[in-house]
Amino acid sequence: MTGGHARRRRVNALMFALTALCAAVSAGVLFAILGYIAWKGASSLSWAFLTRLPAPVGETGGGIANSIVGSAEVVGLAGLIGVPVGVLAGVYLSEFGGRGRLAFWVRYAADTLNGVPSIVVGLFAYALVVLPMRRFSALSGAVALAIIVVPIVLRNTEEFLRLVPGTIREAALALGVPRWKVTLRVVLPTARRGILTGALLALARAAGETAPLIFTAFGNSFWGRSLLQPVATLPLTLYNYAISPYDDWHRQAWAAALILMLFVLAVNAAARVWLKPVSGGAS
Amino acid sequence: MNPLMMNARQPEDPAVPRPTEPYGEGVPLAHAVGERPVVMTIRNLRAGYAGGASVLKGVALDVRERAVTAIIGPSGCGKSTLIRCLNRMHEAVPRAWCEGDIHLGGRNVLHLDPVVLRREVGMVFQRPNPFPTMSVFENVAAGLVLNGERDRAKIAETVESSLRRAALWDEVKDKLASPGVGLSGGQQQRLCIARALAVRPRVLLMDEPCSALDPLATARIEELLVQLKEELTVVIVTHNMQQAARVSEYTVFMLMGELVESGPTQRLFTQPKDKRTEDYITGRFG
Repeated sequence: MTGGHARRRRVNALMFALTALCAAVSAGVLFAILGYIAWKGASSLSWAFLTRLPAPVGETGGGIANSIVGSAEVVGLAGLIGVPVGVLAGVYLSEFGGRGRLAFWVRYAADTLNGVPSIVVGLFAYALVVLPMRRFSALSGAVALAIIVVPIVLRNTEEFLRLVPGTIREAALALGVPRWKVTLRVVLPTARRGILTGALLALARAAGETAPLIFTAFGNSFWGRSLLQPVATLPLTLYNYAISPYDDWHRQAWAAALILMLFVLAVNAAARVWLKPVSGGAS
Repeated sequence: MNPLMMNARQPEDPAVPRPTEPYGEGVPLAHAVGERPVVMTIRNLRAGYAGGASVLKGVALDVRERAVTAIIGPSGCGKSTLIRCLNRMHEAVPRAWCEGDIHLGGRNVLHLDPVVLRREVGMVFQRPNPFPTMSVFENVAAGLVLNGERDRAKIAETVESSLRRAALWDEVKDKLASPGVGLSGGQQQRLCIARALAVRPRVLLMDEPCSALDPLATARIEELLVQLKEELTVVIVTHNMQQAARVSEYTVFMLMGELVESGPTQRLFTQPKDKRTEDYITGRFG
């Protein structure tokens, strides 16, 4: 009896330790990446790095200002294209499509699109925008990223709209408010925080994508003069620097990685802080 | 006498002449039962959900003006469906259908634009449901603002008068800008009543408005009903028979989608004509 009991306690302790270890590893990976990048990248980080154009090959120094601005442009434009499409499609699914056949296929397509490898999305944007326009451009990069943003925003919007209690919609309808106005003025504002947070997280994810930009935004050692010109972006510059044979570029790649990580972290943290009140307010 | 009637307000015998003026401090005198004009006529009303059995199987009822009509019956008898047909909220549910005749002031409700209808026939729900993003003020103003009213003075005036009519003004006048969901449950429900009143409906439908409230909050709502029926018609669903007896002039008893019996509350509770009504009000089932 007591022997069996001791054995069960040992197994219990072992399994508990195993789960705790795996949990620690999961969290630890993030900190390992962060720490390593900070260690490697911090030394190359400087004001000049943030504000200057890249130096010509062979010269040391220079910065990635054009990549930072380029990323902001491409991601911003992707948001302008992708977020409204995703939000409106999410509104359709939650408020109007319901359990219909079209809604089923839209959901299915969005989930599948979410799983499409991003290099394929890049190729698609290449065929859709780059080939007909005969040029690489910030616009084509934005289209590629928008395709990644749409399904995430769509599903997130639908989820948060579904969290708005049906009684809130009924209350507004019972006041003699037309359905579209109920959606626009009552339901969407109630879910606003969650929807915006989801959009931010989707854009943070898009900001880190490299593959979709290889055949679209292409990269540029100078300022992109317009949205119809090739443009440098952080992940792409990071990639190009990392595979280059120059030590100085390697150091700069680490610094670029650090900036990219900090940006994604900041957006995540902001989204989390921002989202918090909604759980209290909506319940 | 039925013990349920102990607290009931006693409608007078129509044969005895009565004063028509209120007496005492704002205590209204119930009008003679049966002489009030009909505001809504319901005939052969059938409703349900596509693919399921009918929830209402041919209901006929006259709703009388400036009185409280209570609908009672066991769970699932169709009482909520009945009042949700009256402002066509029933049809807002996917696959729901509704047919028959409901007349309001000479118009067939089922042919009216639901948006127009709902401004005349307001509704208060089981659970208080203030808009979570809106302040106390904005909640009451919602019906006006969302329907395009821009005149700020008029909005402020309507908000105050609606809150007064809902007996909530004194409790919230100093926190009009704070969130509506921050009030207590009973206050939230009166906020929802004020919100419905602000659109100036002729008829107010209440779907078990006290089922989520404590006895004190319930008593306040019941007091409020007595005042409200001076100016509008109230149809209230309740599965609390004592409540029906306390607040209503007319009672409707429903069972399995059919209207079994309707009539003056006093008569229905003391001399039910139908055996099923008698069984229900004496607690033999339901």
